[in-house]
Amino acid sequence: MARLTIEDLKKIKEDYKAMLTLREGGYRAKITVHMGTCGIAAGARKVMEALLDEINTSNVKDVIVTTSGCAGLCSKEPMATVEMINEAPVKYVQLNDEKIRKIFKEHVLNGRIVQDSALVMGSETAY
Amino acid sequence: MEKYRASVMLCGGTGCIAGGSLKVKNALDAELKNRGLENEINVVLTGCNGFCAEGPVMTVYPEDIFYEKVTLNDVPLIVEEHFIKGRPVEKLMYKEPLKKQPIPLMKEIPFFSLQVLRALRNKGLVDAEKIEEYIARDGYQAAAKALTEMTPAQIIDELKRSGLRGRGGAGFPTGMKWELCARVQGDQKFILCNGDEGDPGAFMDRSVMEADPHVVLEGMIIGAKAIGADKGYIYVRAEYPLAVHRLQLAINQAKENGLLGNNILGTGFNLDIEIYLGAGAFVCGEETALMRSIEGKRGMPRPRPPFPAQKGLWDKPSVLNNVETYANIPQIILNGSDWYRSLGTEKSTGTKVFALSGAISNIGLIEVPMGIPLRKIIYDIGGGVPKGRKFKAVQLGGPSGGCIPEHLLDTPVTYEDIVQTGAIVGSGGMVVMNDLNCMVSVAKFFLEFTAEESCGKCPPCRIGTTVMLDLLTKITEGNGKDGDIELLGDMALDIIATSLCGLGQTAPNPVLTTIKYFKQEYESHIYEKWCKTGVCKDLCTFYIDEEKCKACGVCKRVCPQKAVTGEKKVPHHIDQSLCIQCRSCYEACKFDSVKIGPRSMRDELLNLPDQEALKNKQLEALAGKGE
Repeated sequence: MARLTIEDLKKIKEDYKAMLTLREGGYRAKITVHMGTCGIAAGARKVMEALLDEINTSNVKDVIVTTSGCAGLCSKEPMATVEMINEAPVKYVQLNDEKIRKIFKEHVLNGRIVQDSALVMGSETAY
Repeated sequence: MEKYRASVMLCGGTGCIAGGSLKVKNALDAELKNRGLENEINVVLTGCNGFCAEGPVMTVYPEDIFYEKVTLNDVPLIVEEHFIKGRPVEKLMYKEPLKKQPIPLMKEIPFFSLQVLRALRNKGLVDAEKIEEYIARDGYQAAAKALTEMTPAQIIDELKRSGLRGRGGAGFPTGMKWELCARVQGDQKFILCNGDEGDPGAFMDRSVMEADPHVVLEGMIIGAKAIGADKGYIYVRAEYPLAVHRLQLAINQAKENGLLGNNILGTGFNLDIEIYLGAGAFVCGEETALMRSIEGKRGMPRPRPPFPAQKGLWDKPSVLNNVETYANIPQIILNGSDWYRSLGTEKSTGTKVFALSGAISNIGLIEVPMGIPLRKIIYDIGGGVPKGRKFKAVQLGGPSGGCIPEHLLDTPVTYEDIVQTGAIVGSGGMVVMNDLNCMVSVAKFFLEFTAEESCGKCPPCRIGTTVMLDLLTKITEGNGKDGDIELLGDMALDIIATSLCGLGQTAPNPVLTTIKYFKQEYESHIYEKWCKTGVCKDLCTFYIDEEKCKACGVCKRVCPQKAVTGEKKVPHHIDQSLCIQCRSCYEACKFDSVKIGPRSMRDELLNLPDQEALKNKQLEALAGKGE
């Protein structure tokens, strides 16, 4: 590897920011892909792959992706929940490769909720 | 760079590797590949996470889920449940010792939440073998700042104002040490790092070197600039193979990237660092002995002055700092001395790393602000004394330190306050003892260590520690006599006053503190020939209180000698001719019915004619002496 300059140090730091955001917290958006049996059967894995691909291509550093189990609405799987920081979570239903890419570009990157696929805002009250 | 959706930070510290974490990593990698998740989930082997007792441990980000005692069999379960279905595996989560309720989040576990990480800020967060990850966490930014924006005087000034004191044990102000050396004129100076960690029960420096080797190099670069050195050595004992491996890897990476060698970061500053392997002699942790050892000579201390700042390695001006001290320096340069002083007390600033071990629930490595009371470390972070045993003492500072009893547990951990108790903060070993520990034997243990490790150069240490050890051995074998305690105390003071180096000057501390706080134990050993904890085999008799005995048979089962007899519903008793004083029955009994009597009782019992008389004798002893 070439000899580093002080600018290079800053560049490396920037490049690795995404990985560290994941570990340190301090992310801007969290996308949960529901991967219960129903979700997986309905194609949640493809949705996950498309989402990760989209994040890689767009090179955002402050978005994390996680999975969870069945969201309770098996007939509308695959589902995903998008939580922007300080905003109520939005649940999207009946997703596919194309739809999740659109949601990522519109909602996550530009803050516009994708009405066609959105089911509900907020989450159930938990006791 | 690949974007992963999750990172598994699997602990690759020595403790967890011994527990099988390398096998777990291979299995995880294979299983992830098998499930097609290898590009989504990133498995990183980190340095010591600190929670060694629960190893192998791992943290899964971004969810921040902490798993403990992960075995090969758990791997498919974790991948299936957590990574595919998103359901954290409850049975592998940490359970607070007293509650048995799983608490998954790392920040909710008191062991982690009460700590403040500075020297250990990268532990478990970066891959110790990748320089890029260190750089991503502000690595080498402080070196860049020191090399381009600061003069040596400014660096020294910042350090002096930070109040940082040497973390190796003595607590000498680091800024002052650097200033002394910077003032000396010399064509060649050396910057040295002391990784010769030798206290029994201490593993702070090893963990820093394993978890974050680059921070040591960065601290040394800053020190080299401050004193004007262009050559450095890291002295590490060869028994730390993983630390040596990772340090060497870090040095190679730093050289390849122009962070060591000539013209560092294009600033024109040069520094070369080499590792020197020590053979594991305790005395080589002493600075002058360490330097002689690097010179290729037998590691023995020499009188000071001249101090190493004037005449150190090969008689050239040298600065030697401990691993943990260096680990603090980049943060001080980056964030300033006021930030550093914001934690700790006026005279003991910042944080200190401690290695918790012994009779404590959460054995491991912790970093806490200076000034925190001992009680908080032991009960809140350490989780208290396990198995329903009682706390007896905590030993600080290893063989140079002392034992602090229960009533002084509210002592704040600062250099000044701990010295008041007779112990020292030391390098950070903290060994907790419960009511099964005999304090005379503890003192003997540490003296055995120092007598063995004394280099032999000066008579007070060479002869003095041996004579003290002989006395202690006599006491524990039942041959102690009136005046021994006073003699031990006198000798201790003489050895402290006349020894050449720190080894001898501190070796008597464990004896002095145990006499100070546990004198009654010495007295019962000497005058009653009675070791009430049953550790000294020649000074105890194990017998069963038949009134209390529930005849449950536990003692009978654990006895390796089959010395316990008795049937169901018939109180048991111990045959003294078979008993080897292993204490198994005493520790196993749930009804407190196994008792420890003085030596004389055993002799009397053995001479009794029949069992009936024996039983009566036991009852008599109970009524009279008790415990």
